[in-house]
Amino acid sequence: MQTVGAEKLLELQIDSKTYGADKGARVEILREIALHLAVGSFVSLFGPSGCGKTSILRIAAGLDQDFLGKRWIAPSARIGMVFQEPRLLAWRTVEDNIRIAMEAASATGDIGEWLERFDLAAQRRQYAGELSLGEARRVAIVRALSIAPDLLLLDEPLVSLDDAVAARVHDELRMVADSGKVGVLLVTHDLTEAVELSDRVLFFGERSARGFFEREILVPRIRRDRGMVFALAGELATLVAHRKWQVPGKG
Amino acid sequence: MAKVLSLVVVVAFWTVVAEEAQSSMLPGPLAVAEALLRETRSLALPYHLACTLLRVAAAFAIAFSVGLIAGYAMGRSRLADQIGDPWLVILLNLPALVTIILAYVWIGLNEPAAIVAVALNKFPNVVVLTREGTRALSAELEDVARVFRLPWPSRLRHVVAPQLAPYLAAAFRSGISIIWKIVLVVELIGRPNGVGFVLGTAFSLFDMVTIFAYSIAFIAIMLLVENLLVQPLERNANRWRRKTA
Repeated sequence: MQTVGAEKLLELQIDSKTYGADKGARVEILREIALHLAVGSFVSLFGPSGCGKTSILRIAAGLDQDFLGKRWIAPSARIGMVFQEPRLLAWRTVEDNIRIAMEAASATGDIGEWLERFDLAAQRRQYAGELSLGEARRVAIVRALSIAPDLLLLDEPLVSLDDAVAARVHDELRMVADSGKVGVLLVTHDLTEAVELSDRVLFFGERSARGFFEREILVPRIRRDRGMVFALAGELATLVAHRKWQVPGKG
Repeated sequence: MAKVLSLVVVVAFWTVVAEEAQSSMLPGPLAVAEALLRETRSLALPYHLACTLLRVAAAFAIAFSVGLIAGYAMGRSRLADQIGDPWLVILLNLPALVTIILAYVWIGLNEPAAIVAVALNKFPNVVVLTREGTRALSAELEDVARVFRLPWPSRLRHVVAPQLAPYLAAAFRSGISIIWKIVLVVELIGRPNGVGFVLGTAFSLFDMVTIFAYSIAFIAIMLLVENLLVQPLERNANRWRRKTA
């Protein structure tokens, strides 16, 4: 839960982000997006495909500097990221994939314990290239969590996980959120997921629409039972269906 | 087993043809084996083979290391590619004989000239393959390396090198086969030792037994290098693929 006056972690001011060839016509994908994230806050980005959610994550990660605007991130903040695809080193074992990231971050922690928590102990010495997509996704999540990140960027991390596994990953993400130490940006297509985990949900409109519509979820995560989550998600879905987000403003 | 069988068949065929021909132009396996033994005992064969192998190793090391750096630079930087590409095309298509003659004329009839001449013939091949490998490096994995702030030795070892490995294995294999072919010509033209020199001398004397003996010894060394070095390296580069393929 974000607290008033919480420590700043990330501030993005994206005036414009365009894609396209150097000389060809450029397509504007993001306009006038201002986004801030405090330590301990969990923010979900929700919107149709191609609306630029992943672009925001890439800008937040510092991977994309080709935009008009500003990015500020707390000095020495450690970033853990789960990409849309697992992006593991296929030629390294599961254990090595995690260890390499942990070593780079000088993170301490028991890899075995991490793998147990995500039901990956049996895959420890397998090459990442041999894993199923669901397993690889979990390894990518472990890789991001195991470095003890300050900022966690998640790009649809639960896609293609079966329900039981997704529930487990949910619990882990909820623990991360409850720890109050990590700022999380989650890109998702699943409103219930967003409602269940987030302090704030940002609704993005069609490509190049200005800004976003924002909804804070004030009920503490611990009190959000399934009924409440579905009700709230339903309410938000109705809002989305009426495309109210096209008018920039606060919910 | 099939390999051994095919070898036996060829030797048997050679024996029969040589028996039938009864010509000094085609000595039989026995005569060649005797010559091989004789040359080995006199240490002439090991000496000349060693000279050739040292040249191969030196030329290979130079061509591979310089070609790797140039190819990586050209794969990464458009400017480097634009500057290097015309020269690469020239070197790729330049007849080996021209580089050999130029090296001997400009550097002198000496060892460095011989090694440079061989290396220059292999170098463009390493550059081309490394450049292709570098261009094919995954941008997605580079993003991972950047987000997780992998230090460069770690990036090189865990991210870049494994992706380049199949290309380098191909460069290794094709490169070594080019070198085997070129080195003998270089020796024939301007060195007082090595297998190429011996073959040149034997050719002028129509000494077919010596030509066969040295050629066979040379081929045996090539096969040894192939089996003990090239193939294990290739296998190692592709080890992680075996189960997934």
